[in-house]
Amino acid sequence: MSALEKVFYSPVGQGVAKKAGLSEPPTLRRGRTWPQGAIVLAPLEGATLGKLTLKALGRAFEAPVVDTDTDQAPGYGSRIGALMVDATALTTLGQLEQVRAVLRPAMKGLERSGRIVILAAAPAGGWEQRALARALDGIDRTVGKELRGGATTNLVYVEPGVRPGDLASTLEFLLQGRSAFVDGQTWTVSASGTKATVSDKPLAGKTAVVTGAARGIGAAIARTLARDGAHLIVVDIPPAGEALAAVANEVGGTALHLDITAADAGHTLAAHIAERGHELYAVVHNAGITRDKMLANTDAARWASVLDVNLQAQMRINDVLLNPKTKGGLAKGGRLVGIASTSGLAGNKGQTNYAASKAGVAGLVQAMAPDLADRGITVNAVAPGFIETDMTARIPFVQREIFRRTNSLSQGGSPVDVAETIGYLLDPASAGVTGQVIRVCGQNLVGA
Amino acid sequence: MSPEAVIVGGNRIPFTKAGGRYAQASNHDMLTAALDGLVARYGLAGERVGEVAGGAVLKHSRDFNLTREAVLSSALSPLTPACDVQQACGTSLETTVYIANKIRLGQIPSGIASGVDSASDAPIAVSEPLRRILLKANAAKTVQQRIAAFSKIRPQHLAPAAPSVKEPRTGLSMGQHQARTTESWGITREAQDELAATSHANLAAAWDGGFFDDLVTPYLGVTKDTILRPDTSVEKLGALKPAFGGPEGTMTAGNSTALSDGAAAVLLASREWAEEHHLPMLAKVVDAEVAAVDHPSGADLLLAPVAATGRILERNGLTVGDFDLVEIHEAFASTVLATLAAWESEEYCTGLGLSGAIGTLDRSKLNVNGSSLAVGHPFAATGARIVASLAKMLHQRGPGSRGLISVCAAGGLGVVAILEAV
Ligand SMILES: NC(=O)c1ccc[n+]([C@@H]2O[C@H](COP(=O)([O-])OP(=O)(O)OC[C@H]3O[C@@H](n4cnc5c(N)ncnc54)[C@H](O)[C@@H]3O)[C@@H](O)[C@H]2O)c1
Repeated sequence: MSALEKVFYSPVGQGVAKKAGLSEPPTLRRGRTWPQGAIVLAPLEGATLGKLTLKALGRAFEAPVVDTDTDQAPGYGSRIGALMVDATALTTLGQLEQVRAVLRPAMKGLERSGRIVILAAAPAGGWEQRALARALDGIDRTVGKELRGGATTNLVYVEPGVRPGDLASTLEFLLQGRSAFVDGQTWTVSASGTKATVSDKPLAGKTAVVTGAARGIGAAIARTLARDGAHLIVVDIPPAGEALAAVANEVGGTALHLDITAADAGHTLAAHIAERGHELYAVVHNAGITRDKMLANTDAARWASVLDVNLQAQMRINDVLLNPKTKGGLAKGGRLVGIASTSGLAGNKGQTNYAASKAGVAGLVQAMAPDLADRGITVNAVAPGFIETDMTARIPFVQREIFRRTNSLSQGGSPVDVAETIGYLLDPASAGVTGQVIRVCGQNLVGA
Repeated sequence: MSPEAVIVGGNRIPFTKAGGRYAQASNHDMLTAALDGLVARYGLAGERVGEVAGGAVLKHSRDFNLTREAVLSSALSPLTPACDVQQACGTSLETTVYIANKIRLGQIPSGIASGVDSASDAPIAVSEPLRRILLKANAAKTVQQRIAAFSKIRPQHLAPAAPSVKEPRTGLSMGQHQARTTESWGITREAQDELAATSHANLAAAWDGGFFDDLVTPYLGVTKDTILRPDTSVEKLGALKPAFGGPEGTMTAGNSTALSDGAAAVLLASREWAEEHHLPMLAKVVDAEVAAVDHPSGADLLLAPVAATGRILERNGLTVGDFDLVEIHEAFASTVLATLAAWESEEYCTGLGLSGAIGTLDRSKLNVNGSSLAVGHPFAATGARIVASLAKMLHQRGPGSRGLISVCAAGGLGVVAILEAV
């Protein structure tokens, strides 16, 4: 801790901080927990998808309070846990009034860590319909910034033909505490025809590889996937072996000492999986490094090492694991997840190399997803914002304090928040979620 | 056919010089770390393994159940039984033989052979006079008697007694014994320094090539063997002063092993168990032999493995040429050189009751990835280190590749074993 940091966290410093508006951020609801208060469903224009999905999840729901455009918005008697706006049947901009009318009472009626979920038809059709789809995105982002007390809002675009079974895992994730640090985001669910149903152990009997798992986000991913039933193969560089062994033993998995940048890393990984008799279901390419410098001071070595670890290594490994001839390769219906970063999506001073690699990951998953759809393999990325780990502990204190607070939830995320999002993507019931980049950033002020 | 005992793999922590980075770690801590790394590598968390055998040469009395306590601290199932074995520097080759034999007899399907030693945390005892005074004070019935007992304490009594590294029957240290052997076998300084330099070069190359990626798990932030000097050379070693054998001696700190801290473990199993668990099978334990020499009557203290080697070769109908790799523990460079000379000596070998000389070793097969001079030698951990490394090397060479291990030990003991890749 720097001297400045010590002062800030001293009683005197905290007093000053409070006066400056830097008060204790809300404690977020996390884990496989549902909202405490009622789930309220607002099906607009006779939409049914939201209702059927909630029924598939076995969740009871109530009717919304609708604003009648008075000075004082009508309120909910007791705080509600979540509001789900099913806007999938809307087609005109005029119908946005209905969205306002159900959102207004909820803005002050949500419990702490409450949820707003908006369902909308994916952008398609005529000019007005496309404008409408985008308008809902603007509403979602703004609601996120206005909500208090750790409550979040997210928008889900649904493609034509999506059935409740396609949407169930997404809705479950969004309503549960698992999505605590996902706020103000929008992503798309497609029709997959999956027969998988949601459960508390969606990964039972499945083998997942997590790279960079000795510490930080990777260790949290391993723990979360193990909680969800997965068998873990955890990978990290040989010098990180001690911490890696502790993670492996904690989750009952196996440790593989491997530098992912080694030329034969993919083959080593596949051989290990084949030898241990596993069918590979998922790979989470989490290993990553930063070598920050202003571009004016960035040499070729700094440039290359970051791009290699964060982007090129996973491409080489994917090439091997996706070859159907590879023993120990990725199974049909498998899952690939890359880790992007808000720094990559928005750009960040001093991180050209890192931003290139992380934006590259986003581009990669979007490119791969359609090509692997016929094998039932989904490819997605998560883009963490400020997450409290050893990596971010290296950022100077003042900058760090700014980064951690400049989002709608006024705090840094926890590694488990990234892990839960990955768990959701790995869920067999998430077969309709592919080619997406989901930010886990508490709606960071910067970024796309 | 009796069941085979196969080596699945091994794990050790990097070895360090005594008083170095593991100075605060106990045998218990280091053995636990070695076991946990093995458990992680082979996915054995919560698993009940048939038995864990381990031991240490320098042992605190509180560690009477060292291995069992380490098992309880590890990620293995607490239902895993354990025992302590001690055979000086041969300890964890002997635990390997013990576990392999149980597997071959069908008594256990799997087991872990291990060893650990801390020369940093060696048990320090009170001096003999002080011990007697303390006993008397403890037995005293009155305060006066107790004061009287304590008043007998003299400053010299307070000096702690470190464990002796002397042979109890000869009063000579191991180095002094070896100095005699070195001289009587005419082992030159140059040959010793050359062997030491080769050991460092081989170990350095093995580390650089990633050989230890699946044999070592870092501990307390140490990621590599710290005794290793990749840049040492015959010239640098040649500049060192003699440590044993007087001013004319040829043995130096550079061509003798350093006091070390470390731990190592090997996972062994029946074929069935390994297959069921989808674990690799590197090599099988073919045979083992232990021999002893009569060093109180003047025999070379550290050459007991020669008789063991001769007997095991004759029993298995093998010659030196039948081995692809040979591992001779480098207690001192001159021990290895004297051993090789003894193998070639008709007179010495027939004197041991063998039918003739053992033969000449092609030196390119010897300690190809380095040995104790460069790695270090935490006494009881050395055997398990060698078993795991040799099994991996043989496996890389392909099925049927044969390897010989020879470890000399205090008390005039020598343990040898034959491994064969499967
Ligand atoms: N912490 C954040 O705020 C944040 C934000 C955005 C993105 N991310 C990304 O999340 C991922 C995890 O970040 P973290 O904060 O946990 O970082 P971390 O530095 O704590 O952990 C990264 C792990 O990856 C391992 N690793 C590095 N190079 C490797 C290689 N060549 N082969 C195998 N393993 C290797 C490291 O040893 C380490 O254990 C990274 O990809 C990072 O870029 C983190």
